[in-house]
Amino acid sequence: MSVETTQTSSTALEPAIPETGKGDLLRRLVMTLGPILAALVIAGCILLAVGVDPLAYYGFVIERGLLSPLGVQQTLTRMAPLLFLAAGLIVAFRAGMWNLGGDGQFLLGAVSAAAAGPFLVQFLPTWLALVCAFLLATAVAMLWSLLPALLRAYQGVNEIITTLMMTFLGTSLANVLVKLAFLDPSTTVPQTRTLPVEDRLPRLFDTTISSGLLLGLVAIIAVHLVMTRTAFGLKLQVVGANPRAAVHSGLGVPTLTIAVFAISAGLAGLAGAVDILGVQGNVRADWNPAYGMAVIPMVFLARMNGFAAIGFVFLLSILSIGGESAARRLGVPHHFTLVLVSIVLITLAIAEYIDHHFIKTRRV
Amino acid sequence: MTSSSLSAANGKPDIVTLERVTKRFPGIVANNSVDLSIRAGEVHVLLGENGAGKSTLIGMLSGLQQPSEGRILVDGVPTAIASPRHALALGIGTVFQHMMLVPTLTVAENLLVGGPWWQRPKAEELEARVAEISRTLGIGVNLHAKVSELSLGEQQQVEILRALLRNSRLLILDESTSMLTPKGIDDLGALMRRLVEQGLAIVFITHKLKEAAGFGDRISVLKLGRKVGEITPERLRALSEDEIIAQIVELMFGKKESDPEEQARVARAFSAETTPLLQVRDLAVPATATAPGLASISFDIRPGELLGIAGIDGNGQKQLAEALAGQLETSGGSVRLAGENLDGLGVGSRREKGLRYLTDDRLGEGTVGTFPVSINFFLKQIGTSPFWRKGVEQRQEIDRRAGELVREYDVRTPSIKTPIGRLSGGNIQKILIARELAEGVKAVIFNKPTYGLDLANTLATRQRVRDVAASGMAVLLISTDLEELLSMCDRIAVMSGGALVGTVENSGDARTKVGRLMIGLAA
Amino acid sequence: MTGLFDEVFLAALLFGAVTAAVPLLLAGLGEQMSEKAGVLNIGIEGMMILGAYLGFLGAYYSGSLWLGFLAGALGGMAVAAVMALLCVRLGLNQIVIGIALTLGLEGLTALLHHFQFSRSYPRLPAADKTAIPLLADIPVLGPALFQHHLVVYFAVALVFVMIYIYRRTQLGLNLQAAGDKPAALDVAGIDVIRTRTIAVLTTGALAGLGGAYLANVGAGIFIPFITNGAGFLGIVLAMLARGRPLWVLFGALLFGVCLSLTTAMQVAGINMPTDIIQMLPFLAVMIMLVLFGRKASLPAALGMPYERGAR
Repeated sequence: MSVETTQTSSTALEPAIPETGKGDLLRRLVMTLGPILAALVIAGCILLAVGVDPLAYYGFVIERGLLSPLGVQQTLTRMAPLLFLAAGLIVAFRAGMWNLGGDGQFLLGAVSAAAAGPFLVQFLPTWLALVCAFLLATAVAMLWSLLPALLRAYQGVNEIITTLMMTFLGTSLANVLVKLAFLDPSTTVPQTRTLPVEDRLPRLFDTTISSGLLLGLVAIIAVHLVMTRTAFGLKLQVVGANPRAAVHSGLGVPTLTIAVFAISAGLAGLAGAVDILGVQGNVRADWNPAYGMAVIPMVFLARMNGFAAIGFVFLLSILSIGGESAARRLGVPHHFTLVLVSIVLITLAIAEYIDHHFIKTRRV
Repeated sequence: MTSSSLSAANGKPDIVTLERVTKRFPGIVANNSVDLSIRAGEVHVLLGENGAGKSTLIGMLSGLQQPSEGRILVDGVPTAIASPRHALALGIGTVFQHMMLVPTLTVAENLLVGGPWWQRPKAEELEARVAEISRTLGIGVNLHAKVSELSLGEQQQVEILRALLRNSRLLILDESTSMLTPKGIDDLGALMRRLVEQGLAIVFITHKLKEAAGFGDRISVLKLGRKVGEITPERLRALSEDEIIAQIVELMFGKKESDPEEQARVARAFSAETTPLLQVRDLAVPATATAPGLASISFDIRPGELLGIAGIDGNGQKQLAEALAGQLETSGGSVRLAGENLDGLGVGSRREKGLRYLTDDRLGEGTVGTFPVSINFFLKQIGTSPFWRKGVEQRQEIDRRAGELVREYDVRTPSIKTPIGRLSGGNIQKILIARELAEGVKAVIFNKPTYGLDLANTLATRQRVRDVAASGMAVLLISTDLEELLSMCDRIAVMSGGALVGTVENSGDARTKVGRLMIGLAA
Repeated sequence: MTGLFDEVFLAALLFGAVTAAVPLLLAGLGEQMSEKAGVLNIGIEGMMILGAYLGFLGAYYSGSLWLGFLAGALGGMAVAAVMALLCVRLGLNQIVIGIALTLGLEGLTALLHHFQFSRSYPRLPAADKTAIPLLADIPVLGPALFQHHLVVYFAVALVFVMIYIYRRTQLGLNLQAAGDKPAALDVAGIDVIRTRTIAVLTTGALAGLGGAYLANVGAGIFIPFITNGAGFLGIVLAMLARGRPLWVLFGALLFGVCLSLTTAMQVAGINMPTDIIQMLPFLAVMIMLVLFGRKASLPAALGMPYERGAR
């Protein structure tokens, strides 16, 4: 038999099946916090090796990302696009589709929103212009995922490869669009026209936190409920857990596959739009925050659970806001965040392996 | 009394001796203090139901697993068989129940796999040795054929050949007859005879009593991990086949009875005028690289009738079942259920109309192993009321119905929340049967429903199948076990190369007729 | 448009294509071996970036390119050893670990480079070229194809070594068995874990060497994130080539031409954003996937950890 799509059976980091008792919850907590602590120590050793005091660094990151009023507001604002991306990844990963093309979909969504927003506010009421910009960003990102979706659904071509290719393509295309199609003629900096601050997504109360945060929270909770509580979500989970059982049960796997890609990419496009319409206001040439890749580990760490993902996204936001600040003040490049996150991922996978192999439940 | 002292008495040397071997897995004891002596020149039959511990025993002899207690003696020396490589070096060759050949390689390449990695494969040497072995044993294989193109019987010969090429002194055959034709089984018996005459020891594992009685020089009976009895060559020679079977049954079940798998079948007559419930006409499916196609398959099944499909595995039975269920696209023909045309309908609609398919691949496609038992009951009904309302899961309703089904079908599970993959094959099968027999059933395709089940579950499953037919449904029973078909069906059709080569009424000389059809002769 | 088709330009274009193709070729050949043995090696990008970094350091401090290549290959192998331990021996999810290793090493090398060189980017002297006698004198093709660093010839020779290994050696048979039916290999007396580990370590060495070539010969400099998806392209090449080393060579050259065109067109003064040209190789891959995707059959056990006795 020629199996074109990769099936990864994994002992580690599988979607959690809710079967939690109290003692189970405690074990979960230990199994999550222990590895994170271990990762902090290992990453701290790397800092020591390059001559930075790890305690000072971590302290600074927490101070800037979590404790200072300005920092925590930035952190919460940063969460918005990350939550949308995480929501999209949860849908895809739970359905067994490795959509690694989040960054391309994100950037194209961002560029679409940046092109449409400033243009539409000239004719339409602000709220309607924003809604239209969101819809356009979603549609463009969905379209971008269509080719990998069709290839996977009807040709069985591995989506890891195609989505990665499309993300490289999308990044370049976004740049081309910024430089050639939507260039703001009024500045010398290559960027799109800027959405005026008063036309952006409203801020929450008297803070600088963008209301995009609320949208992101709604999106990820909605995704979590759809995946765990509805027939549609269950169908996707069947496709993810055992594609042959899905065929045997009469599920339209190709259609579901395309739906998964559309939802996942659409949410990534929304992530781009929410960042532009809420925070950035425009897209500069060669702008690529690579949020998509950074969120993937968070979704793994959360075991594809929406609520846990909110927590991990919060953590990532603290690290990245604090890390960017530390880059300026302590001279530690913000790439350190990547290192830390990946060490956490590896220690957690190992912890889960140990856990799995010591309490292996037997057949009854 | 250990068996090694016994063997010393009668002169034949033990190649391998097991002394009080116990193997524990978390929660279960697979083998409990088993003594066994395996001698040159003997076919030693290991007989037992599924779960009796045969496979674990083989796993330990072939180096896949290590005993928890007790010891294994090779040529009288206590030896820890650490790995498959070690087992091979000791001269223990195993032909596993599941084929262990690489389908993408040729026969020759498969025989060469396993040499030291820095060496060049010695193709010429191999050919010479294969020719020699083939000549003395009368088996012929094409060294240059791709394994994926061979029949299961041919693949088995390749595996036996591989064991012999490695100078095995002990050949273990695990459930080797389950995929063979009656003639293939006889051939294997003759081959084993020739091999033991050359001085090999053979361990032959089976759960079929007739084969045990027919081929064995010595029979050991395993039950729930324990060895419950041994019939020595002297006794075997003294007893008739029926007496042997009676004795084995007594050992296995503790009561005197004839073969419990053999049940009197009440012949039923169907009037020719009865309108068929399931009508299949000229069904065709194109062949693919990995599976045979179907060519003009036609049959009728009347209400209450049980039509059997016999044939060697891989002759299109699975394709037939999948085409009927709507899982496989057809290139022609029609399927009518109760007069209604089902052509062009998908799996879901066919199921709704009352056509149900019990798959033979319970873990591969029948269930989602990580999902709870409760959800697996309704895998084919996702989104339907009352278990889902407006697309939203009604957990209480699902759990309530699942609880009912667990009781009704006697599913042994710790809870309806237990992942189904942790249940035994028999219990998983009960869940699948419950799923297919849910309300609205008119016709059921059972694909190898008792494959891999233990005796109790086999008998229970067969009774379910009979009950379905008795309640007026049309039943198509696909099986590779001829005895099963003969004991249950009204008519038996034989499938070969993707076509039905003949159909016989199940009466009198049906066994002979079906057997002839299976090996390509006219009935 | 003058100059586009003159000899010097064409030679420079082809020379650049070969230079750009070599890291992809090495990565692709390496990945191919992992995939043949049933391991989807998503961490190859991480192996390349560490190879590039250590390769550069080795060459920079020792002054010898060869020591640099050695350091790069060893660096790649070190990452591969982690991957083999976690994914092959412990059976952890190959995609999760692969992504973690790639992200982590991209970050780590950027971090270390920052602390070592701050904002200065030291360069290596241009690499020695070895001209192949006679062939190097052919007009256009000579300077384009036959005046390269020795590693280039090594990489091309490796294609044929791989063909030999897969077709004619015991190792080739064992690798294929490990990918298509690991249980069969196990009962034939060969350790599946060890076979796959050999494959992954080889991948690491080749990817590390590819990374080192990229930094030391291709660029003459290490810049954070210098591999820029080369490892992922290697995965694509391996998947499209379906176990045939020669196809990896052709694919790598095709990519090389596209990449080389980017610089060549700038040199030729053609006014087109580099982004458009950068899209070309990926576009080519997508087209190839659309056309041939269906036939890209992969080993049956790809991505599945092997556990003895588990079915």
